Amino acid sequence: MKTSVILGALTAAGMAAGAAGAATIDDIKARGKLNCGVTTGLVGFAAPDANGEWKGFDVAVCRAVAAAVLGDATAVEFVPTTGKTRFTALASGEIDMLARNTTWTFSRDVDLKFTFVGVNYYDGQGFMVPKDLGVSSAKELDGATVCIQTGTTTELNLADFFRANNISYEPVPIETNAEAQQQYLAGACDVYTTDASGLAATRATFEDPGAHALLPEIISKEPLGPLTRHGDDDWADTVRWTLNALITAEELGVTSANIAEMSSGTNNPEINRLLGTEGTLGEMLGLDAEWAKRAIMAEGNYGEIFAKHIGEDTPIGLARGLNAQWTDGGLLYSPPFR
Amino acid sequence: MTTLSDPPPGAFRLSMLLSDTRYRSYTFQFIALILLIAMMAYLGMNLVRNLAAAGLNISYDFLGEPAGYDINQRLVEYDSQSSHMRAALVGILNTLLVAFLACVTATVLGVIIGVLRLSKNWLVSKLMAVYVEAFRNVPVLIWIIMIFTLVTAVLPGARSYLGEDPEFDLLFGMFAFTNRGVYVPALVWEAGSTIVAIVFVASIVGVFAYRRYAKNLLFQTGRLLPMGWPSLVILFVPTILIFYIMGQPISLDLPDPLANRFNLRGGVQIGAPLIALWLALSIYTGAFIAENVRAGIQAVSKGQTEAASSLGLRPGRVMNLVVLPQALRVIIPPLISQYLNITKNSSLAIAVGYADITATLGGITLNQTGRAIECVLLLMLFYLVISLAISAVMNVYNKAVSLKER
Repeated sequence: MKTSVILGALTAAGMAAGAAGAATIDDIKARGKLNCGVTTGLVGFAAPDANGEWKGFDVAVCRAVAAAVLGDATAVEFVPTTGKTRFTALASGEIDMLARNTTWTFSRDVDLKFTFVGVNYYDGQGFMVPKDLGVSSAKELDGATVCIQTGTTTELNLADFFRANNISYEPVPIETNAEAQQQYLAGACDVYTTDASGLAATRATFEDPGAHALLPEIISKEPLGPLTRHGDDDWADTVRWTLNALITAEELGVTSANIAEMSSGTNNPEINRLLGTEGTLGEMLGLDAEWAKRAIMAEGNYGEIFAKHIGEDTPIGLARGLNAQWTDGGLLYSPPFR
Repeated sequence: MTTLSDPPPGAFRLSMLLSDTRYRSYTFQFIALILLIAMMAYLGMNLVRNLAAAGLNISYDFLGEPAGYDINQRLVEYDSQSSHMRAALVGILNTLLVAFLACVTATVLGVIIGVLRLSKNWLVSKLMAVYVEAFRNVPVLIWIIMIFTLVTAVLPGARSYLGEDPEFDLLFGMFAFTNRGVYVPALVWEAGSTIVAIVFVASIVGVFAYRRYAKNLLFQTGRLLPMGWPSLVILFVPTILIFYIMGQPISLDLPDPLANRFNLRGGVQIGAPLIALWLALSIYTGAFIAENVRAGIQAVSKGQTEAASSLGLRPGRVMNLVVLPQALRVIIPPLISQYLNITKNSSLAIAVGYADITATLGGITLNQTGRAIECVLLLMLFYLVISLAISAVMNVYNKAVSLKER
């Protein structure tokens, strides 16, 4: 009994480590599908719609990568992961990339051996409370019961915040956002804390969103972005520059509406290099010249994706804030396509 | 059958390893063992090589680092600055707590239902049959989630009890039933309380001594002393006297609805996850134990019951004095495996956010440190040790009740 269990664990671990070595991009091409890890369901970021089709801000990144690599934005196998399962799924090779509002931290990058290819959403941890509690600041939460997704950075930030302010709380560990929502609405916890964007997205699905308030405190930096595992820099480059292509396209004014026109050649050499009518950037990545064009055509440039899934005109209603282009006073700043 | 003379000693030839049935099985066992070891070695090497290739190593240093997260149910002191080791200890104690509670209630439930299922009352026996079939044929995870959902959906929120003019009052001013758990008074031990506790323990010993004396008296002289009220007197009177003599050193810490705007403060909180897990494991495993008990009772020859009845024993006494002691011999071995099941099934705690060892060491610690192999190996070791310990203890008990052959 004992030996067989250990045997099983060793086999699993051995296979997991073995899978990490091969060239990811060849595997994807041979498979004809990109395996992309997303959340188990967070409306606006990644959730299946009424037709069972995955939609959202993170999903759009997966689709752009699939369009760039495979030429087909629908050639994506979405693998729902929880806060706990996501890293094992990526490390074991079950998924090729993870686009699951995952915070870029030192230990995840260095110790867990992942490559964060960039930031697609600058976020921070916030608190949501029912308005009838009459709480106006997170510092008034002494003694509150807090719902928290386990296995996340928010779990650690929460402990630090309450400790630093010398107030107490009762954590209620939760596996998924849906479960947290259910517990919070049932009153099993007073407060729900996660990334502010996630709170806004969750609140948008409530029957009465107006009865819940986001507290003003943002207690952490949460740069969220897609990641790949260590050991395949070519693949990491592909994902990184696909994301950069989406950001650069917005900066240069390339949209899904005018891309067809622009790809016949413009006076701006950087647009030409991005869209493949000039230079050999695609070839350097091991892709064809129109990779970035396809990525942008999948769901539009970064700004279009933002507006479509989580922007101010959607029920989630997030302002661009930190996520505006650097030219508009935000933090989005893609390295040049040269 | 004709008796052949033994082959001459010392005539062992190598070919006999295959041709002689006396040695052949050893040969094959040996080959199988070699293959098994080779396979283990291959997998182990594979693991080490691949870990090295990925730049990872096996290290338990993380156990000393601060855990950084909080745990809602702690039997020992713990905060977010405690080490991962301490978090694991909190988890271990929580696992043992729920396993112990569930083992006790499942046994009580199982014995009662198992006996009632054999009742001659048609309605009672059918009801028990329905209970057994309903509970053991639905996965325990479903029961856990169902009970948890019931607790959180049906019971009022904690805030209903709070404030100057609450929606609900505390039951007897002491108990609160909320969807976060049940609040009960806590005992506060002050100076002198040790003496009260010692007297209480002595009273318990006294009760047993009295009952033994009464039993011996009954067997020797046939005189029947009253059992019920003297037991109660011995149990409570000295303790209560000492309690007041010492100046009431033990007081109650009641749940306070006014101390905090979010939750009741004070008292002991039995969290909703613990309640859900405890109840679900009890009723689920209780159904299995009921079947074990029924099988055990039916294994006792009917003649025993008839003989006891013909001696004039009432049905209750027949069951307690004659049938159950013999049935225990059949019941104990499968009961051991039910206890092991409870302990292992308690790892489903994760579904309701109960902080057992799988949730702390195998969940949050694993996730925050990324040390999957180390954590899983530790988890396996823990469950192995606990299961073997339970088996060992129960085997000792089994020896004690098994048929003594003289």
